[in-house]
Amino acid sequence: MGAVSTVRSMNDVRKAAMRELPERETRGFSESASGGMRGQSESLAQIGGVLFNQQVSTRYWHLAVSAPTAAAACAPGQFFYLRCGDDGEPLLRRPMSVYQIHRERGELHFLYAVKGVGTTRLAQLRTGDSLDMVGPLGHGFTLHPDWRGVLLVARGVGLATLGPVAAAANRMGIRVTAVLSAQTERDVLSESYMRSCGACTLVVTDDAGTSGVAAMRELVANILASEPIDALFTCGSQRLTALLQEMAAERGLPGQAALEEPMGCGLGVCYCCVRPFARKEGIEQLRVCRDGPVFPLAEVITR
Amino acid sequence: MDMRVAVGGLMLQNPVMPASGTFGEEMAQVIDLNALGALVTKSVTPLPRMGNRSPRVAETMAGMLNSVGIQGKGITAFVRDTVPFYREFQSPLVVSVSADTADEFADLASSATVPGVAALEVNISCPNLEDDGRSYAMDPVQTRRVLEKVRAATRLPLWAKLTPNTGALTEVAQAAEAAGADALVVANTILAMAIDVETRKPKIGNVMGGLSGPAIKPIIVRMVYQTARAVRIPIIGCGGIASGNDALEYLLAGASAVQVGTYNFVQPTAMLTIIAEMEAYATRHGVTRIADLIGAAQQM
Repeated sequence: MGAVSTVRSMNDVRKAAMRELPERETRGFSESASGGMRGQSESLAQIGGVLFNQQVSTRYWHLAVSAPTAAAACAPGQFFYLRCGDDGEPLLRRPMSVYQIHRERGELHFLYAVKGVGTTRLAQLRTGDSLDMVGPLGHGFTLHPDWRGVLLVARGVGLATLGPVAAAANRMGIRVTAVLSAQTERDVLSESYMRSCGACTLVVTDDAGTSGVAAMRELVANILASEPIDALFTCGSQRLTALLQEMAAERGLPGQAALEEPMGCGLGVCYCCVRPFARKEGIEQLRVCRDGPVFPLAEVITR
Repeated sequence: MDMRVAVGGLMLQNPVMPASGTFGEEMAQVIDLNALGALVTKSVTPLPRMGNRSPRVAETMAGMLNSVGIQGKGITAFVRDTVPFYREFQSPLVVSVSADTADEFADLASSATVPGVAALEVNISCPNLEDDGRSYAMDPVQTRRVLEKVRAATRLPLWAKLTPNTGALTEVAQAAEAAGADALVVANTILAMAIDVETRKPKIGNVMGGLSGPAIKPIIVRMVYQTARAVRIPIIGCGGIASGNDALEYLLAGASAVQVGTYNFVQPTAMLTIIAEMEAYATRHGVTRIADLIGAAQQM
């Protein structure tokens, strides 16, 4: 890892990335907000057309929506706030990160596990139905054009969130290595998409006994020792987040983590999705919907 | 169609505004703030507050529980950063204020009395602030004491936000009126609780929270009806409004205006739809002034 001679703070990286990235990579909702809060009315609240909504394994569903404006505006790591039922059940929307962004086709794809009333209702959508969506919302991932390689480590439904990172990194010529963790092999649904984006993927599962912390530590250490990795990305597991924080800190590597939290408004006004973060200035209570959902890895306080 | 209503020292272009805590600058990205009757901020406190531990929100049948704990940057940052943002909009700015003691309430009201602020909503009802969810507005004597101090500290119109968590609602309303309140907001959230049976723990980090959303509407409509008979100052109805008909129910019960809260989360454009639906109702029923509907369901 000698090639990474200086460790940039995430803010520096973010600023640098915003300056240097092609425009399409930086058009996050929060970033454009600094340019002016008005004039974008109607663009956040929109109706998408369901292209397909298929069960792809015992637990997971793949939803594809035609939403050209939203797809054009969406950056990796941003999320949409989806209305799952229009009869008041469930009352609140569900936040869902984007699995695939296809700007050229005007499509957004979501990958979700059916867990509660919201995702059960979502699974009832059929081709041709409309989907009431607000977004793209929040701060997404940042990729630095100077990076040679990035390591993605995700588990379960968190695998979906890192899909667009693999795609964006590939477009920028950054090599992607991805460690995909799940209960069973069948749940590792984003592997083929990650591979199609040029990622080198490694699958670990509870079934095979390869997903434990000790095994993961060894695997990640080997990758970091053998490949030029300049940043770590993670989503979906507090345990993995804690492990990566430790390994990134030891090696002076920057990282980013996407978090999930129950939300009220999704827009940043209600402060329902707040969690504590360890920042330079001390502990700060930040909104996952607006200040995140992607945060510097080192600032996340795992629980 | 004349949608104007007079509320607590202000003439509003229409009766629809957001409920405190469900609205902020970020909403300008989703709706035209100039279309609203008024803009109501999240409660501002004397000093910055960290807020309560997570989880702060839990969904219930047709409602939600929250216990945010008024996280915010405090009045100094509010006057410096937030008030100027809203000065660019025509809709009157109503600043919700919340403090822990009557003297702090008075100081806060004084600090919030700056150009660009049209009225103060005095949040004497937040159920999360005090032990066991108690608040000023549960008691007529406490209500009168705190509002008299606030009244003496500012010349702005005062709206007192009442709590439904009291057996003395009409007495509290009369105490607020006697202390000089210009309008009453009826009401804040209902103190409630939900438990996760799998973990056997409360779903909210703070154990109890405030229930809002469509589930509470019939209760608050009843409270507006009762309060309207007990006082002469205008009432702003707040509780579970999701449609134009819901808002009209509140007007018919005796409210002069309404606040939309939880439904802003469900549909960020809800307030605009509600205004349009109220206008369509008035047209359909040959009502030329929406204010003519206020209290029309009151039985003499």
